[in-house]
Amino acid sequence: MTNLWMDIKHADVITVMGGNAAEAHPCGFKWVVEAKAHNNAKLIVVDPRFTRTASVADLYCPIRPGTDIAFLSGVAKYLLDNDRIQHRYVAAYTNAGYVVKEGYDFQDGLFTGYDPDKRDYDKTTWDYEIGPDGYAVVDETMQHPRCVMQLLKTHVAQYTPEMVERICGSPRDKFLKVCEIIATTSSPERTMASLYALGWTHHSKGSQNIRSMTIVQTLLGNIGMLGGGMQALRGHSNIQGLTDLGLMSNLIPGYLNLPIEKEPTYADYAAKRTFKPLRPGQVSYWQNYGKFFVSFQKAMWGAKATRENDWAYDYLPKLDVPTYDVIRGFELAKQGRMSGYVIQGFNPLLSFPNRAKMTEAFSKMKFVVVMDPLQTETARFWQNHGEYNDVDTKSIQTEVFELPTTLFAEEEGSLSNSSRWLQWHWQAQEPPGECRSDIEIMSGIFLRMKEAYRKDGGAFPDPIVNLTWNYAIAESPTPHELARELNGYTLAPIEAAGTQLPAGKQLDGFAQLKDDGSTACGCWIYSGCYTERGNTMARRDNTDPGDRGIAPNWAFAWPANRRVLYNRASCDPEGKPWSEKKKLIEWNGKQWVGFDVPDYGVTTAPEQGVGPFILNQEGVARLWTRSLMRDGPFPAHYEPFESPMANLAFPKVKGAPAARIFKDDLADLGTSQEFPHVATSYRLTEHFHGWTKHAKINAILQPEAFVEISEELAREKGIAKGSWVRVWSKRGSLKAKAVVTKRVKPLICDGKPVHVVGIPQHWGFIGHTRKGWHPNSLTPVVGDANTETPEFKAWLVNIEPTTPPSDAVA
Amino acid sequence: MTVQVSRRGLLKGLGAGLAGGTLGALGFGGLEPALAAAVRPFKLAQMRETRNTCPYCSVACGVILYSLGDKSKNARSAVMHVEGDPDHPINRGTLCPKGASLLDFVRSETRTKYPQYRAPGATEFKRVSWDFALDRIATLLKEDRDRNFVAKNGDLTVNRWTTTGFLGASATTNETAWLTYKTVRSMGALVFDNQARV
Repeated sequence: MTNLWMDIKHADVITVMGGNAAEAHPCGFKWVVEAKAHNNAKLIVVDPRFTRTASVADLYCPIRPGTDIAFLSGVAKYLLDNDRIQHRYVAAYTNAGYVVKEGYDFQDGLFTGYDPDKRDYDKTTWDYEIGPDGYAVVDETMQHPRCVMQLLKTHVAQYTPEMVERICGSPRDKFLKVCEIIATTSSPERTMASLYALGWTHHSKGSQNIRSMTIVQTLLGNIGMLGGGMQALRGHSNIQGLTDLGLMSNLIPGYLNLPIEKEPTYADYAAKRTFKPLRPGQVSYWQNYGKFFVSFQKAMWGAKATRENDWAYDYLPKLDVPTYDVIRGFELAKQGRMSGYVIQGFNPLLSFPNRAKMTEAFSKMKFVVVMDPLQTETARFWQNHGEYNDVDTKSIQTEVFELPTTLFAEEEGSLSNSSRWLQWHWQAQEPPGECRSDIEIMSGIFLRMKEAYRKDGGAFPDPIVNLTWNYAIAESPTPHELARELNGYTLAPIEAAGTQLPAGKQLDGFAQLKDDGSTACGCWIYSGCYTERGNTMARRDNTDPGDRGIAPNWAFAWPANRRVLYNRASCDPEGKPWSEKKKLIEWNGKQWVGFDVPDYGVTTAPEQGVGPFILNQEGVARLWTRSLMRDGPFPAHYEPFESPMANLAFPKVKGAPAARIFKDDLADLGTSQEFPHVATSYRLTEHFHGWTKHAKINAILQPEAFVEISEELAREKGIAKGSWVRVWSKRGSLKAKAVVTKRVKPLICDGKPVHVVGIPQHWGFIGHTRKGWHPNSLTPVVGDANTETPEFKAWLVNIEPTTPPSDAVA
Repeated sequence: MTVQVSRRGLLKGLGAGLAGGTLGALGFGGLEPALAAAVRPFKLAQMRETRNTCPYCSVACGVILYSLGDKSKNARSAVMHVEGDPDHPINRGTLCPKGASLLDFVRSETRTKYPQYRAPGATEFKRVSWDFALDRIATLLKEDRDRNFVAKNGDLTVNRWTTTGFLGASATTNETAWLTYKTVRSMGALVFDNQARV
């Protein structure tokens, strides 16, 4: 989230699209209810189903799964056509006037530089024109034919209300009503909060779904404002933390990148990441990239990372492909090219697309290690559970370890929530049986390997035997010791903010980081979480000056305890808040003061002209993203990889052209002749993924798998309420009870009805609930071009009445 | 920071003080112990309160865990009740159907309790010791890493290991995640991911 949960109460309009917060984030959604009750806010819900969120909306508009870009491009067109944008904000704080290089173009659904064999773009033309002064050329009148504003107008021109209705199945009158309400927030006094979740990310163009709304929010001047922002409602309790800490193939903590093999030296790596301002005087966090990186290397390898050895640059693995994400990992496993998987608190057998492929992949591995507080299907993929997991146990030669771990009540530490708060929690009971913490288990494995490498040698032992391990009890590092490493500390005396800091002290924040080896820091954005004054994540002062919904002394928010990102943009260029009612910070003539930590130089005067978006080289928000997205600088409508219709916007291009799909997975796609209906997966408020099927109350509340279909589809297929149905795709089949409901209605797209089959995702073959199938039995293996997030929200199925599974209760 | 103040304990203390004062002044001094014994004590008043956060979604509601056991050397503590933390600025004491039933997650019958091992082709898990499991896993990892580690691609130093995958858990703490990151990356592993994609 750019803002935070409580801040939603300031919104005048709340759009929930690509999510179902009332169901999936109930206690956060209370702030939407608060905004409706006490701020007269209007709630808009755009969703294929009439969800629990829709049930309390002021306006509900249906949409066909996978067509959000067409819808939102239509909204952007409405704002531009009707001149409903925040003019001063757009002129001063966005790249609307930036002139794009000659050669860039968009024709027939493709941007310049497409290579169909590689399914990738040569992005060299996707950049600004650079003037003789070395800076980007800007036309402040926004009239230049190649400036971003003019390109945007052309780009969205075809998404008329008629086109939106044909593609999305959203009735024109409802779509226009949505546009009208959203447009009211172009006033500097009014803001819209956009709430989204996996309903946007689970697509082959998920990142561009989010980009589409970002364009709308930027045109309206809603970013950086109280009650505005792009609110990513993350999934798990610490998915934000795991992302921040870079537990991915290609990341280093704090959103630094792992080197690729074509960057053989630190100099090559650093040269590509040196911050070059695109406008005069522009500043950025990223000008400190070297400080963050060197401090990370020092946290990892201490005295072994020296200037002479490029800060142990060779200790880091170098990538030959963009990522070894989990979709690639299990593709390699299916090909027999993986030996094993070590899995912490994760149930991939029921989390990744194409269950049959997952089972095959697991069965081909030599070993699988699962650490979990619960018995998972993954740890038992080799067990035969009748039709729910029909495998030939004896033929599976995989060694499997099921290691019992502690859970939240049995450990202390911090979790990062959607608001970027790092909150500490404490231990309430001892673990049952022989459970151990993940920290102890990973330490146990690592220390054994380290000893073996020290004693017997082996492949490149250096980064293992030299890893920093300064813990009082080597086998059991404490959360406090680890948090202190994340925060960062001095290795030698440093000069910081005019004062000397001796060696061995905790840092106050990332501003003190050095690139000369005198500081170590595990994750620069977390610096400030555990200082010499103590553990700031454990702070519990809930006072909220000015009733801003910020509570600045509760826990710690990254970066630098800042609660609303880009808050400089809440003021006009002169430093006066756009809205006195929504004041966050302001310029008092000498410095920036207010309720929040300024996202800006504290003494940088407005007249210096430094842009408010200091994470960007331009200093402004991007309506057009240069070459930063793999699949295009603007979002464009493409159909899901399995879709019931042609691409009306660009008939020559059906699916997202730069989304990655492996050969066998491409062959495993179905057609709309065989599979005429659109399926979408989702969550229920009574369950959390597969965990709560192990909790009795939740298993009683939602005991049994079901699918939701419209009355029309039920009639067409002869399906009675509550009867058993079989739903199948090109990849697999499942059985469930049919819920026939008015909440799902056929969508009329280009004159023809499209039926939606809704499939919740909480059942498996272990736990207290009845046995059932996860929608991953059916879903296609294709990932978003930028994130490799699988397309779980739009694919094709067929449905028919069937007999109950053999063990079914009546 | 870890001082636990029990609201119910505080109320109980105030009640006892009042009873002593008022009843004592009225001349019922001798009855006081009998009266105190007759009042059924609040069950939760006996318990320790621990501040925690809900482990499910990313709202991160504050929860109070009530547990038996005073943390003395030989006493095992056990969570008996869970409720929303009224001081928490987001949930202000409320919980959803998932958070409100956390106790059933903590006490689930299908929790893992002992390390188990399934040999190739076996039809059952077998209970094993931690040492057996960790020794064997470390051996498997080292064997695979030594066999498949790629130090060079032509002239380029690449130092990568791509034949064993690792998945981090997005309900573990940041501190756990950091330790996982450190150990996995030090091995040069690249097949590394977490739930961020699903």
